[in-house]
Amino acid sequence: MARISKTLILPRLASLHKASVVSASYRLPIYQRPSLLSSVASASPSRAPARRQPELLSPLQVNNILGEHEFTLSLSGLDHEGLGSLVGLHSNQLPSNTPSEDRRAAAICLSGPGALIGVFDGHGGPACAQAVSQRLFPYVSAALLPQRTLEKLEVAAEAGDTVPDLVSWLGPAGEVPGRQWAERRAWSLRTFWQELLDLETGEGLPPHEALVTAFKRLDLDISLEAQVHSETAGQNRLARRVAFSGCTACMAYVDGTHLYIANAGDSRAVLGMRTANGTWLAQSLTNDHSAQNERELVRLQAEHPVKECDTVVKQGRLLGLLMPFRAFGDVRFKWSLELQKRVIEESGLHSGVATQPYLFLPDYHTPPYLTAEPEITYHQLGPEDRFVVIATDGLWEVLHRQDVVRLVGEHLDQAPAIPAPPPNPLVCSLTLGDMLQKLKARREASENPTGGDRNSATMLVRHTVGRDDWGGVDPQRLARSLSLPEDLTRVYRDDITVTVIYLDPNGFNRHQ
Amino acid sequence: MADYSCKLYSNLQKETGVETGFHQTGSLSLAQSEDRLLSLKWIASHLQVNDIPCSILSSAQVVELHPWVETADLHGALYVPVDGVVSPVDVCRAFAHAAIANGVRMYDRTAVSHVIVEKGMVTAVETDRGEITCEYFVNCAGQWAYELGQSCDEPVSIPLHPCEHFYLISHPAELPLASDLPVVLDPDGRIYVRPWKGGILSGGFEKNPKPICTEGKNQVEFQNLQHDWDHYGPLLQSLLERMPVLSDVQIRRLVNCPESFSPDMRCILGESPSVQNYFVLAGMNSSGSSLAGGAGRLLAEWIAFGSTSVDVWPLDIRRFSALQGSRTFLRHRVMEVVPLLYERLYHGVEFQTGRRLRTSPLYDRLDSQGARWTEKHAFERPKYFVTEGQSDGEQNVTFFKPCWFDIVRDEVLACKEAVCAIDMSSFTKFELRSTGRQALDMLQWLCCDDMDVPTGTVVHTGMLNANGAYENDCSIARLSKGNFFIVSSTDQHIRGWAWLSRHLPADGSVQLEDVTWKYTALNVIGPLAVSVLSDLSYIPISQNQFRYMVCKEMSMGYANGIRVISMTHTGEPGFVLYIPIEYALYIYNEMMGVGKKHGIKDAGYFALRSLRIERFFPFWGQDLNSCTTPLECGRENRVKFNEDIDFIGRKALLQQKQDGVRRRLIMLILTEHSCDEDPWPHGYEPIFRNNQFVGFTTSCDYSFTLKGHVCLGYVQHRDANNGQLLSVTPDYVTQGDYELEIAGTRYKAKVKLYPMQLPHTN
Repeated sequence: MARISKTLILPRLASLHKASVVSASYRLPIYQRPSLLSSVASASPSRAPARRQPELLSPLQVNNILGEHEFTLSLSGLDHEGLGSLVGLHSNQLPSNTPSEDRRAAAICLSGPGALIGVFDGHGGPACAQAVSQRLFPYVSAALLPQRTLEKLEVAAEAGDTVPDLVSWLGPAGEVPGRQWAERRAWSLRTFWQELLDLETGEGLPPHEALVTAFKRLDLDISLEAQVHSETAGQNRLARRVAFSGCTACMAYVDGTHLYIANAGDSRAVLGMRTANGTWLAQSLTNDHSAQNERELVRLQAEHPVKECDTVVKQGRLLGLLMPFRAFGDVRFKWSLELQKRVIEESGLHSGVATQPYLFLPDYHTPPYLTAEPEITYHQLGPEDRFVVIATDGLWEVLHRQDVVRLVGEHLDQAPAIPAPPPNPLVCSLTLGDMLQKLKARREASENPTGGDRNSATMLVRHTVGRDDWGGVDPQRLARSLSLPEDLTRVYRDDITVTVIYLDPNGFNRHQ
Repeated sequence: MADYSCKLYSNLQKETGVETGFHQTGSLSLAQSEDRLLSLKWIASHLQVNDIPCSILSSAQVVELHPWVETADLHGALYVPVDGVVSPVDVCRAFAHAAIANGVRMYDRTAVSHVIVEKGMVTAVETDRGEITCEYFVNCAGQWAYELGQSCDEPVSIPLHPCEHFYLISHPAELPLASDLPVVLDPDGRIYVRPWKGGILSGGFEKNPKPICTEGKNQVEFQNLQHDWDHYGPLLQSLLERMPVLSDVQIRRLVNCPESFSPDMRCILGESPSVQNYFVLAGMNSSGSSLAGGAGRLLAEWIAFGSTSVDVWPLDIRRFSALQGSRTFLRHRVMEVVPLLYERLYHGVEFQTGRRLRTSPLYDRLDSQGARWTEKHAFERPKYFVTEGQSDGEQNVTFFKPCWFDIVRDEVLACKEAVCAIDMSSFTKFELRSTGRQALDMLQWLCCDDMDVPTGTVVHTGMLNANGAYENDCSIARLSKGNFFIVSSTDQHIRGWAWLSRHLPADGSVQLEDVTWKYTALNVIGPLAVSVLSDLSYIPISQNQFRYMVCKEMSMGYANGIRVISMTHTGEPGFVLYIPIEYALYIYNEMMGVGKKHGIKDAGYFALRSLRIERFFPFWGQDLNSCTTPLECGRENRVKFNEDIDFIGRKALLQQKQDGVRRRLIMLILTEHSCDEDPWPHGYEPIFRNNQFVGFTTSCDYSFTLKGHVCLGYVQHRDANNGQLLSVTPDYVTQGDYELEIAGTRYKAKVKLYPMQLPHTN
């Protein structure tokens, strides 16, 4: 049976990644996903005599599901150079794949100024997204470091001392990489900074260059690690799994009033601006690298011979298979056939699951077809810029950027928060009536399907999943969608990852 | 039980000199709907015939009794002036005081770690202060009862689960609330309110209870539980809607005091079926204080005399099996039970949780054919079948004509005129075997009918206790000289097993086996059942060859060894087939195939109930119980008085035969009751003879043949002057005008002492 992933259609690749195997007899281009309401009814065939529908999730259960991956960070207390304009993060994730193929990360460059925030949308399994989400920021941080700091690092590494971390992770706890993991790939990173030292970068690469270099370098390292033999079979397997799966990346580098967005793939970053008359305006900070982007089509066709004109992009996909046109990993779109054959034979990849032989891509003549080189956008932050929303395509498929900005903006204005728990009557006296008022306010806030989320990312996820026909949230649709069985979920939605970066209008003054 | 508690508490202070906090405040139960009011009227009927004063009040009268109650939305209320409040801790202290005064030794701050059992009998308990030998052990450990039951040499399953329970205590109001104002129960608002030191104490049974300690390790100290205001919010809202003046009263505190709940909202009482002298009283469903006095007395009777003065089967621990001991089951079920404690209005409401645990092999098949299910002893049984074009109105329940009326009527008609199949697999089935006549001897000792019958004969007999009353009522087929097949009702699974195994000869010469799960029982009822059976077995069978109460092993189609018993538990012609489960689906399919030309139809329990009641066929557990003798239900002629065979209860029966019975099972047929407009009886309605209360009904059903309600119940004969019970003679029964009180209204009824000839339907 052909197994099809949504972003990446590789009929027999699935054998590589047990985790990514998705039973999908549906090959649904994502823009034609069935409407939820009509399809849920037909998806669960009712038995001859009407049987009671299972009860819908209660509002509380819905909140529990949506709150599971919620992450809220307030930076107002952190006195870190360069973070003056960055005051907080709201982030959330709603998986549809099991496990989720999306990753996210947020960190502060330890030795240099500025914060790094990104989302990573994996395909063909979560391995590549996992690796990139943990490794990209140290690479970026290294590229931004001034020469003298790099020298100190090298001296420490040479002496076998503890090398300070290049970034300090902001969380969420449980998603930040462990120290052990970082050390396993430390030599790749060290080689990178050794080469940076050779380049004599002085005060460090300019951000624009640093981002591009870090992206390309990490992708190259991922590719190399899969070609050489590591110490253990486990490491070999992991390196190959990372290289053969793929992920897109969209990240922001905020340094004072300077905002850099580096994007490779089809995740997006949108800037929310408050206009003079109080309305909210959305400004795209990224271009999708997909078939919808004319410039990307032109770029691809220019990079390959004319005779491949019809095969490079077929049915809106790279070589008829891959949705995003830029991505980390995915070495079967990058390596020569000879290299692929060698690695496959050496590693005995095909023997893992003997029933399904390795698939070589069709019309594969002039690799590489895929690059991890990011497109960089720079924006000088002003007092009207209030937040940036970075999210994977799971969000943008459903909500327009203008809606997203309006929702977050209104959320910011109203800040509908669940009131604090009532005081303990043992400590401070309270009448029954007062108590009821306080409890009612709390209940209403938590039962309100649209408001009540203190975290704007959760609010966006709620809107994405439960969107009704009038731009609001239909609680029933939301509950129904969240109670879909795992195998059906991904037919109706993609993994969704949203991070909202809040900017402080007062912070700009301090930096100007 | 509550009545006895009330009387006990009111005197306790006098008897012991210990303050119990007892106040006879009275209680007000409010009705926010007509149906609630009807249910209160039902309760009022019961209280009145038990000589407990009570009255149904209008909203205006409620205000007079309790000025704080908001009455705009009320339809009425029930007022019981003799109800009271106590302080549970003080009552406990008073009991302890009285007990010690009577020579009881109490060890407080002593933990029982294990109960020691030898030869199926309690012998001692291990405590943290050493071992204490004992004759009897009573597990009254409340929410810890489950775990204590497990820490026994022979684990005792006590199905209960604790849930958090919140109540609020206020400071005194500016104008303090009089301490003698009635307790207010507002079941529709899910709350209760009682006066407390000038303020109020109010709690309730919320919609979304919080079960705790599912994983065991039930070591919660009461004080440690968090108060959860958000969780209490809805109950607070309900409280302030009912008593708006409370808004300005200061809160003292919210108490989180867990209570334990049982799977069917009734407490758990009695002797463990597996360990002799191990008694249990637990799972009080938050009514501990109000029931403790009465329940304690019953338990004391049981321990002291071996039986209780009134039947307690509905509370008996043996109604549960180990099946209901699953923690997951209990957790889910108590979440359903807690809100139902106040929500429940109607009879016949099915639990939704913990279902589909024990099922017949035909379950899926019948389910897809529209079966609607009811559960007994965790076994799913079809109630009736909704076929295409029919509707049972989403199984809505009501006090009036139920929505399944037409459906069941069609099923009954099919049983009367053609043939129906009812899956009766839930019935308890045992086999008793011996090489010689030991099994027969044992049954002769246990059963009141003569069991020495020819092989292949079925005897419908009672197993009596020493008082001559029904421990079990069963059908026993003699398969061979030393081999008997015993069929009894579903809820006899544990109780019947315990009774039989307790009487097995010590030498092991008789083997008892539970074969309930081995056979699927299909009840084929109707005049054409014989034709279906002939077609199935390729042997022409006539009613003459296959007389009533006969058991034969037959082959049907390709299947062999099917036990056919010619009785239907209804008095209608037909057979029950006991089919080894692996053939069940095959036989069912074959039967439905060949039965088509005879008009065979699926039917359910409701049809069976209707059929049996018009034939005056009492059921054990409803009409018969461990306080009923065969003489009291007109089965005297079946008891083997004439034979020279002794049996359990013989002495008591002979005595009763001499003295005359003090109560008698009768059948009442409602004559002026409209099945469309009047509330339906469902059992436990007061019976009046010549305007005198004489007893309660035990079960009621609509008879489609008689086109009216038929009720079974017991009548007593009380001397009008001194209230002494006199013997009930047939003349006394038949010469009287009978009425039945349903929710406060009386309906005329005809009385019958014996089954009547039913008119032919065609």
